[in-house]
Amino acid sequence: MIVAAILFSVFSLTVPKVTLADLEHRFASGKDTTYVVNFWATWCKPCVEELPSFDMLARRESGNPVVVLLVCLDAPSDLNAKVLPFLRKKAFACETVLFAEQKPHLWIDKVDPSWSGAIPATLFVKNGKRLFREQEFTQRTLDSTFTTFRDHFR
Amino acid sequence: MNCTSLRTLVVTLTLFLGFSSGMVSPLHAQNPLAPDGLKVGDQAPDFTLKNVDGKLVGLRSFVDSKGVILVFTCNHCPYSVKYEDRIIELHNTFAAKGFPVLAVNPNDTVTVPEDAFTKMQERASEKKFPFPYVIDETQIVAKKYGARRTPHVFVLLRTRTGWTVEYIGAIDDNPDDASKTESKFVEDAVNALLKGTKPETATTKAIGCTIKWKKG
Repeated sequence: MIVAAILFSVFSLTVPKVTLADLEHRFASGKDTTYVVNFWATWCKPCVEELPSFDMLARRESGNPVVVLLVCLDAPSDLNAKVLPFLRKKAFACETVLFAEQKPHLWIDKVDPSWSGAIPATLFVKNGKRLFREQEFTQRTLDSTFTTFRDHFR
Repeated sequence: MNCTSLRTLVVTLTLFLGFSSGMVSPLHAQNPLAPDGLKVGDQAPDFTLKNVDGKLVGLRSFVDSKGVILVFTCNHCPYSVKYEDRIIELHNTFAAKGFPVLAVNPNDTVTVPEDAFTKMQERASEKKFPFPYVIDETQIVAKKYGARRTPHVFVLLRTRTGWTVEYIGAIDDNPDDASKTESKFVEDAVNALLKGTKPETATTKAIGCTIKWKKG
């Protein structure tokens, strides 16, 4: 199934554009689902370094009500030249979307007031509860943060 | 109520209170790498850092200015690079009016060799930076000010007793395309200060690179 998912993601790779409202709507309708939302960009070295940990988490939780969502903050004009080639090469199992919001000074606070705007940054959401982290994760810190968060609201 | 269900209740209540009241729990511990820093209206502390020309530069180097546009930036961050020309332009516009730029590289150069002092010298010379570009080797300045990302701007106003922070945040609202900028936050803030008023927008946020703190 994972192999099929990878093949699917490589050959029919699409990166839809989403707004913050789209994301919030999805969180609100995803009862009991734990969302792990990572804000990243191809130009951000620490982001690129931690993406495999998110991919591993997505693969491990496949079949559980867990959505690992990579929200790409590259400029929309870089989609074809940078984002798609990067994702084809990496063949991640997680869903990737391109953030369609302009004017970061207006939306950063809405994601979380504690966010300075630096990336990488990750938001965990389950049943309306949120945890925001402006930090780089290792596999170990990501797994433990995810598990603690999800199990608190089991 | 038996022991197990009592324990469950206590745990549930603790978790509930922890999450709803912002109590310190493992999930709420603040990122230790994110210092609190200065707020608009605070006194800005002076410092002395080494410039790319080898000379020491601090706020006291600007006693004849009305203020300083302090920019935490670096070589390696693509967002800093996108803003380089705009930072030069800010200096060229405002230095003569009394608000020169002072650029500070706060990154750990072990983590990012591209931000090493010699690389800063190369970059400053290539781009002909008309302003000082200093290195915050101990990262004390970035921590005191509360810089969180590059680029991160602090507009300082010189007062009789020192310096006050008048604006903290982004340079403008469009990192990708300078020509499509609608709000030029730093420019507007400095123009307000030059008129003797306070910036209408005193803080903004922007996407940027994390500051690479020294490990351990």
